[in-house]
Amino acid sequence: MRICCCIKQVPATTEVKIDPETKTLVREGIENQINPFDLYALEEAVRTKERRTEEGDASTVTVLSMGPPWAEESLREAISLGADDAILLSNKAFAGADTWCTSYTLAMALKKLEPDIVFCGMQAIDGDTGQVGPGIAVHLNYAQAAYVSKIESMDDKKLVAKRLIEEGYEVVEVKLPAVLTIVKEINEPRTASLRGKMNAKKAEIPVWGPADIAAPAEKIGLLGSPTQVVKVMTPPCRAGGDKYEGEPEELAGKLYDVLKCMEVV
Amino acid sequence: MSIYVDPAKCDGCSVCVKSCPFNVIEVKPFDGLRMLATITVEGCTMCGACVAACRFNAISIDIERQPVQDLDKYRGVWVFGEQREGKVAPVVFELIGVGRDLADARKAELAVVILGHELNEAVEELASYPVDKVYICESPELAVYDAERYCRVLTDVTRELKPEVFLAGATTTGRSFMSGIAISLYTGLTADCTGLEIGEDGLLYQTRPAYGGNIMATILCRYTRPQMSTVRHKVFPMSCKRASGKAEIVRLEPKQALFPSRSKVIEFIEQVGEKVNLVDADIIVSGGRGLGGPENFAIIRELADELGAAVGSSRAAVDAGWIPYAHQVGQTGRTVCPKIYIACGISGAVQHQVGMKSSDVIIAINKDPSAPMFDLADYGFVGDLFEIVPALTKKIRQMRGARETCEV
Repeated sequence: MRICCCIKQVPATTEVKIDPETKTLVREGIENQINPFDLYALEEAVRTKERRTEEGDASTVTVLSMGPPWAEESLREAISLGADDAILLSNKAFAGADTWCTSYTLAMALKKLEPDIVFCGMQAIDGDTGQVGPGIAVHLNYAQAAYVSKIESMDDKKLVAKRLIEEGYEVVEVKLPAVLTIVKEINEPRTASLRGKMNAKKAEIPVWGPADIAAPAEKIGLLGSPTQVVKVMTPPCRAGGDKYEGEPEELAGKLYDVLKCMEVV
Repeated sequence: MSIYVDPAKCDGCSVCVKSCPFNVIEVKPFDGLRMLATITVEGCTMCGACVAACRFNAISIDIERQPVQDLDKYRGVWVFGEQREGKVAPVVFELIGVGRDLADARKAELAVVILGHELNEAVEELASYPVDKVYICESPELAVYDAERYCRVLTDVTRELKPEVFLAGATTTGRSFMSGIAISLYTGLTADCTGLEIGEDGLLYQTRPAYGGNIMATILCRYTRPQMSTVRHKVFPMSCKRASGKAEIVRLEPKQALFPSRSKVIEFIEQVGEKVNLVDADIIVSGGRGLGGPENFAIIRELADELGAAVGSSRAAVDAGWIPYAHQVGQTGRTVCPKIYIACGISGAVQHQVGMKSSDVIIAINKDPSAPMFDLADYGFVGDLFEIVPALTKKIRQMRGARETCEV
C-alpha cells in the first residue's frame, strides 16, 4: 500500500507581529515546527504502514509539503519520525496560494504518486482553515473522511473510521483510495529513533516545481487563487479586569453576584 | 472546465453511461478494436458523477476559472441549513441574521438551502424566519450527511441557481464539504469568518482570525462566484422570527445520479450525559492541571450542571488522561466563544488562550496570582478552587432553593 501524508511547516508560535511599514507578517527570527495536527496524521500514516507491512502488504509512507525551501527541514524531521521518503513542493510560482491552489498543487503531486491513502492534519495552527484536506480529496476525486479520531479496521478496498463531530462520533465506511484528516485523539506520536535520525540525515529530498507536477501557471500560487487577503491587522488585546482576593466563602459570594448580574443563576 | 476520457484507461464498460444524470455519455467503437466512453460536452455540467463511478480512473475533469463577464448572473445570498435528524443547527439562525443584512445591502433575496429527509418541521421553522426562500432537497439518501453526496448535490444546485454569496456554519460538517463545492466551482471559500460586510464596491469583505486570533485578515473573492464563507458559531446574534407571513418554500428535485458515494455512515454515537458540545454552549466551566487528578473533575461537573454549562478542559488535563479529548479547548482542541467562560485551575498558556479568548466574559479562579489567565479575565478570583468552586455550587443551590420556597 502506498501511503502519503501532507504536512505543513508553521511558526512555532502564534505570537506573530505585523510589520507596520510593509503590512506583512514578520517572519524573521521565528522558529518553525511541523504543524501539531500533522504529527498525529504522520504517526497514523506510519502506524498504518507498519500494520500493513506486518500483514504481508509491504507499504511505504511518502511525506509531502508545499512551502519555502527551508520546509525541507520539517520533511527531514518527518523521515526521522518514520516516513520512508519525502517530496518538497517549492517554487516561486506556488507562493501566495490560497486553499484552492494549495489543495490543487498537493493533489497534482499526489496524482503522480497514486497513493491508496492520504493523511492530513485536521487543520494548520496558523491558517486554521481545515479546507486543504477535503479539497485534496475533491481534486483527486478520492473518497474522504474528515476529523478522524480512530481507524477501526482496514483492508485493500476500504476502511472504517470514527469521526469526531460536535454531538459525538460518527462511524463511517470509506472506500479506498481516500483522504483522511486527523484529530489529536487518534494516537500519541512517537519520538524520533536513532535509526530514523540517520535516515533523515542521509535522505535526498527532491524539490518539485510546477513542471514536475504538470500544473499550469494560472492554477497555482497567487495567480490561481480565487481569494486574496486585502488587509491584515492585529486585534486589540484583551485587558484583564478586576482581581479579587479573600476568604473562599467571600469569593464564592462575589462570584455568585457576578453570575447573578449576568442573569445566569 | 473540460472533461476527458483517457483511452488508455477506459475499458468501455459503460458504468459511466448509467451514472450520468444528463444522459450525455455514450460508449462508441474506438480505433476499430474496442469501445470507448464518449462525452457530449454540450449538456455536461461537469457534475463528476461519472468520474466517481469509473473504476479505472479514466475520466478526469479539468476545472477552469469562470469568465469574469458571467459574475453579474449571480444574485442572492444563501445559507446552508445544516440539520441532523431534522433538527436545525443553532448556527443556521445566526447565519440568517447576518445573511439578511448582506442580502439587504445587495438588494437581493436571502434563501436557506436544506438537504435531508422528512424535513417538514425544519422547513416550517426556517420559513418563519426573515428569509425569502427555503430551498429544500429531500430524499432518503440525503437523510444522513455524506460529504461526497452533499457536495455533489449542492454543487449542482449552486451551479444552476447561481447565488452570489453562500454561507455555512464553520462546523465539522460545513468545514468539510463546503471546501469541495468551492473546489468544483473554482471559487473562493474563506474559513471560519467572524466578520462579514458588503463593501461599497458590492463585494463581500470576509474577516477571519488567523494565527490563533493574533491576526485578523480581511479576504475578498473578486473574480469568481459565489463568494463562499464558513462562519464561526456565536459570533453573530440569532435572527429574530419574522413579524408576519412566511418564506416561499421551493422544492428542488435532487438528481438521483448524483447520489453515488464511496462512503457510508454505519453508526452515530451520540455523546450522552455530560454536555461536550462546547461550540454551542453559552457557558463553559473548564478545569486544568490545578485539579490535580481525574476524580476532581467532579466539582467542575457539579458547577456546570447547576449552570447548564458544558465542561471544558485544558490540554494538560487531556494529556494526563483525566478527561476525553472532546473537552479540550485551545490550539489543538476546540475554539469556543461562549457568553461566559469559567477557567478553574488553568494557568492560561497561550495555546489555551487561543481557543477561548474571544469569549464574551472570562472568569478565572486560580491560586497563583501571577497566572497569565488573570491578564485575560474580566473577573479574577485568587484562591483555592477546591474551596471556591464547591462553595459557589452550594450557594447557587441554596439561593435557588430559597427562591423556589418563596414561590411556593
